[in-house]
Order: sequence, then C-alpha cells, then structure tokens
Amino acid sequence: MSTGSVEVVYRGIFQKTLAKNICRGVVFAAKKEGKIGTAFGRYSDSPERNGIPAKQFAVVSDTHDELQEHLARYEPDNNDVTIACDDALCKGVESWAWYGLQPINKLLKKGGTLLVTSFQSPNKLINFIHRKGEPYNLALVRAAASFSGLWVYKDDHTDARLLGALAKVAPHIVGIDAICEVIKEQWKDDLKVASARKTYEATETIPVSADQGNEEVPFEFEKPGWKTMEEGLVIRGISAEQQKVEGWEGGYVPTRNPTFKKFSTRTMRPVINFDTCIKCTLCWLQCPDSCFDITPDGLYDANMEACCGCGVCEAVCPVEDCVTMVNEEAFDDNASQWEMWVKDKKGYETWMTEKISDKPPRSHGFHHVGQYAEETADEST
Amino acid sequence: MNPPKTATAEQIVIGGSEELISGSEAIAHACRLADVDVITAYPIRPYDTVMQYVSQMISDGDFDCEFIVAESEHSQFEIVKHASAVGARVFVGSSGVGWFYAFEAMAVTAGLRMPMVAMVGNRALDDPGAFGVEHNDALAVRDLGWMLVWVETPQEALDTALIAYRVAEDKRIFLPCAVSCDGAFLTHSQAIVNVPDQATVDSFLPRYDRGDKLLHPDNPITIAPQANEDWVMEIRRQSDAAMRRARGVITEAYEDFGDKFGREQEPFIERYMMEDAEIALVGMGTLALPVKVAVRKMRAEGRKVGFVRVRWFRPFPTEELQDALSDVEAVGVIDRDYGFGSSFHSGVLANELRAALYPVENQPKIVSFIAGLGGREVNTDNVIVIAGMVADAASGGMNDQDTYWIGVRE
Repeated sequence: MSTGSVEVVYRGIFQKTLAKNICRGVVFAAKKEGKIGTAFGRYSDSPERNGIPAKQFAVVSDTHDELQEHLARYEPDNNDVTIACDDALCKGVESWAWYGLQPINKLLKKGGTLLVTSFQSPNKLINFIHRKGEPYNLALVRAAASFSGLWVYKDDHTDARLLGALAKVAPHIVGIDAICEVIKEQWKDDLKVASARKTYEATETIPVSADQGNEEVPFEFEKPGWKTMEEGLVIRGISAEQQKVEGWEGGYVPTRNPTFKKFSTRTMRPVINFDTCIKCTLCWLQCPDSCFDITPDGLYDANMEACCGCGVCEAVCPVEDCVTMVNEEAFDDNASQWEMWVKDKKGYETWMTEKISDKPPRSHGFHHVGQYAEETADEST
Repeated sequence: MNPPKTATAEQIVIGGSEELISGSEAIAHACRLADVDVITAYPIRPYDTVMQYVSQMISDGDFDCEFIVAESEHSQFEIVKHASAVGARVFVGSSGVGWFYAFEAMAVTAGLRMPMVAMVGNRALDDPGAFGVEHNDALAVRDLGWMLVWVETPQEALDTALIAYRVAEDKRIFLPCAVSCDGAFLTHSQAIVNVPDQATVDSFLPRYDRGDKLLHPDNPITIAPQANEDWVMEIRRQSDAAMRRARGVITEAYEDFGDKFGREQEPFIERYMMEDAEIALVGMGTLALPVKVAVRKMRAEGRKVGFVRVRWFRPFPTEELQDALSDVEAVGVIDRDYGFGSSFHSGVLANELRAALYPVENQPKIVSFIAGLGGREVNTDNVIVIAGMVADAASGGMNDQDTYWIGVRE
C-alpha cells in the first residue's frame, strides 16, 4: 500500500513536451510494475505562456482508492520528488495562476529529492533554493534546460535522463528496468535507453539540511475578502509619482505596484554596459513592464522587481552589446547594476564581462521560422 | 541543414488498446472512432486541447474528416448545423464565453432538431478572464433543447461521447448533445483509458441517417421557414416531446453500451455508498473525486454519508433522483456554478433538485452550497465541513432556505 508522487516544474511551452514525457514515462513504468497512475498539469495550459513556470504531476499508487486520496486536492502537496527542468526555477515558482513565489521545495515531502537539470554546482543552487525547514536531498542531472517550442521537440534525451535519475532517487516509485522498457517502447531508440541507464548509474544525491538555503521569506500579501475587495473588478491606477530612493536624487524611479512583482517568470535578464549607453531612451520607452529606472546621471537601470526578462530592451538598443540578455541562474540577487557600476567601475566591468561570457545555451523560445533547424544543425556539426 | 524534428514520438494506436490520455484526448478519440465527417473549431482554452488532438490525428493520417477552423464560435456552430442538415456527422465545442458567442447558433440548432455532439471544456465566464472550471457556461443552454451530460474521468468522456452520438442521432430524438468536461481537472488530466476498437464502436453506433429530412437536391425540402404564433407552440411542443423521449433512448443506449463494451453504468446518475445513507451529497463532474474520498473517510468513522453524481442534467433525472434521495434525511448540493437572484440564491443544480423532490413524501431537507468556482480547490476537508452542515440541517439546527459559499474569503 503506497503512493508515489512526482512534481515536474517546467517552463511553459518551452518544456511542455519534456514535462509531459517525464510524467507519462512515470505512469507507464509504474503500470509495468502493476501500479496505476495519472499524469496531469497545473497552471499549465494550451497554449501556455512562453517561459512562465508551470507544473505537471505524475502520481502512482497500488490501489485506485489511494490514488484518489492523493489527488483530492488542487495539487499534490507531499511529493516524493520535485523535478526542476530549468535550474533558474530553484529561485522559486511564479505561476500565472496566482501572484507571488512558491519555493521550489515547498511541495516536496520531508526527506524527498529535488532533481534539477543544471551545470551549476550544488552549493550555488542550494543558495538559490529557499530554506525548507526540513531535510531533503538534492540530485543534479548534468543537462541543459532543453527549451523548444509548442510544435517542435528537441529530443536531446533530457526526458530519458531525468527518468533514469528518477529511478535512482525514488526506486519505490519506478524501477530503472521498467523505465528502460517504457523508453524502448515509446521511442524505439536504444541510445535513449542507454542515456537513461547511464544517468541512473551516475546520479548521486546530496543531503540538504533543514537550515540550508536562501533565508529570504518569499514575498506574500494578504488577499482581500469579498467584503473588502473593490466591486466591479476595478483596479485603481497607481500614480506615476517618483519614489524617493536614497542616492537617486535627480533620477526618476516610478512608483510601482506594490503587490505585482516579477520573480521566476524571468529566464534571462538584461546586463547593461553603462559606459556605452547613448541615453537614447529606447529601452525605457519600449519596456512593456516599465522596468527601467532613470539614474541621476541619465542612464537606464533595469529594476529586477519589475523585469519579466522579455528581451525587448536588448532588441531595441541601437548600440552593440550595450544590453545583453544573460541567463537568470547567473545572478545571486536583484541588486541594482547601476549602483554597482557607480561604486566600482573597474569591478563592474569585470563582473559584466564574466556574466556576458557565461552564456550557456538558452533562448526565449523561437523567434523565426527555421530557427530550430538552424540550432539542431549547429549541434550536429 | 537538418529538417525540423516532429513533436513527439507518441503513437496513436488504432484499435482496442489502453492509452494514457486526457479527457480532451479521449473526446478526440471518440470523434475518430465515431468517424465524424465535419469538425469545426475555434480556439479557446481549455476546449482547444481537443482541436490539438484532432488535428494531430488528421495529420498523422489516423483520422479523415473535414476540419474547418472557423473565424468565430458563431460560425463554428453555424457550419456544423448546416453540415448536419446535409447528413454529415458533426463535432463542435467551446468553453466559457466562447460558448456564449455561439449562443444564437446554438438556439437554432436545437430548434431545427439538428443532432450534433459538442464538447464543453467547462470554464469560468469572463470577466475576470479566469481559466478554471465553472458550470455556468454549459448550463446556460439548459432550456433550449440541448441535452447536457457531465463526466468525471477520461474513460467516461470517451464512452459518453459515443453514447451521445447514438442518442442525438436517434430518429426519435434529433437533438444536439453537449458533453461537459471540467476545465483543467479533466481536460488536462491523463489516466489510462480503454480505447475501444473500431468494430465494437461500429456495432454500437449506426450511421447518421436523416431519412427524409436530409437536405439534398434529390429530396427537395425547405428547412426553417419564418413562422409566427399560429405555428410556434406546436414546434416547441415537438421539441419537448423529443426531450421527453430522450430518457428512454438514453437508457437503451447505456444498456447496449454495457453489453458491447463491458462497461456497465447507471445511465443518469452514479450512486456512491448510498445504501443506508442518511445524508447525501450531490454534485457533477470532477468534484466527485474529493467528495468520494471524503465519503469514504466519513464512512470509516461510521457516518452514514453517500454521494450522488448527476451525469445527465438534460434530460434531468427526476425519477432517479427521487428514487435515490427520498429515504435520506438531508441532501447537500454542491454547485460549481451560481444562480444570482434565484430561489434562495442557490446554485442551478440545487434549485432543479428542489423542484424534482417537491412531490416526494417525507421530502429531505435540501441545502445548497456554492464551491470551487473558477477552478478553486474543493478538498476533502471542505466536503467534510459541508456534510457536517447538512447533518445539522437534518436535525433542524441549520437554515436550509439559504445558500452557503464554501472556501470564499470573507
């Protein structure tokens, strides 16, 4: 008598098929072991929002009643394994279904395993991940985030590798033999089976103690009840009044919505080269989230509480390499880049050069027809 | 340069098989197995998942039909109405306000006695533009001549869609039928489903035959002339008679379905742990999951609670509900919909049930609950609270002439 539950957190559209393949693989493999299961999405949709965190779950049980018991809630809250298909999600889950940030390990049971695809060091990821208050394990699969599109799938074996790793960290849910059998059946690809088995053998877990991790308490606010909420679906405008921020006198930091902030929706963020900025205002004008603050010296600093990482600033900037989109996982905090630059220009240059050069493959998805073919052609050479 | 790779390596297996599929995919399989001739589509989530699966099947060469993406829901429903008139088996569907945009076409479809099967991916009505489930979308056509049925699982979605074709296209009926699937909870949830083989489906589902009502040059007829008060009541009474006949045809279809497919189920309602029940809960769709789990928990504690899941809302299972609920002390109806300004401000199902049980001797108390709107969670704890309130109503300690909102922030 047991139930096993896997939560897969992924980037909407970019990793939808990846998440689906993992969850279906779990259910199929469990079926081979005589269990029954179900696979379903939450905050996922069709079409989804590009890059916005979404979830799929796979739940398997010995009996129908147990399965129902585990499913009788909005989302399973006691998962044996949580899989983060993109390591930037270790900073938390920001869904379009609700405002705020859910720690990546929040729905993981005590002693469960967080499985992440990443090239980062475990310690770096642990620093991103919110403190759980209970011990759990971390396991890494050395793989890229494997972003693709709604109608195309980048079959780079990340799905098979994650399934192999899952069999290692949670053999009570599915065994590696059943996983391999299912992969063989579903994809008819021995190389994919080999990938799963190799990852199974290589995967190791690292214990994470109750007090390890990011101490920050995720942003929360109290939602009004029906008696206090304004009627007629009215949302009051926020005055464009300037915020008083120390050190920013003479600049312009607009008042922003205090409850609607941006978190892990962002997969990339802009890094600004203030020395080459020609103050053309285009990033400030075109940013759909008004995330640029005007500095006292007339430069533009992207505010990371408002940036959704869309990359419009990089696209509209007329100066080469003035705005560069860099993977979100390269950043430990949301501090102002301009303040860093003002304090230590040499130091900023070193920091910026390092960030820009460290650009593992990631994209906002697909911009143009034929991009996927170009990318796969690159890989085959 | 390599050619782009295709999306997934999943294979759609033709023939009797076990598949891991969602409620939406189950409906798509039903369309394929029913060999539907014309499908019209217009995207709105969560219904649009059916479009995706159907178009995938067509592009994979597993299904051959006219797949027309219309320019709006209104046209979507008009096109299938006309296709149905010329003898095509048709499928259509929508969600939330998309369904409402087709309202005029939906009214005339039923009025003209055009059989069709529609899938409603139940979704909250705008505004606000929420994606979660509410039942007000499908319920809005409840008095127009549309048959309405709610399902709980992907298996039931597939089976019911096949049954819906058989009933809708029966010459005694010729009415449209909407199969309601709760958004997200069913449309996006995959379970292992027995997908029947073609031969069994063919033995169950005869070809659509409009007979002498076929709009065809060889059969010169006019459909839908202008008619006024000297004709209208007779026309309405005919639709009423067809809906009355639907009860028997549905029962027949479920019996035959059970024989052919080996899956027996009571046609109109599902009774869950209702033997000796003193308190009964009533609801529709995927709400059944937390309710069943809660009922089992309460039974384990010796509380005599049962659950009735209403499958068919139109025709309304008056007799079955009278039979199932006449011996209980109190009934709690959990509506995933609202009826602003209705009797006791209750949900649609609650008031319909009050009317159905009015003539029953020793009528049980009926308490109305509104829960799970816009896809909000209804969990087992909520259900246990509801059952407690119903027990209070049974003993007279609770006002049953009011409606209680569960899980709303005060």
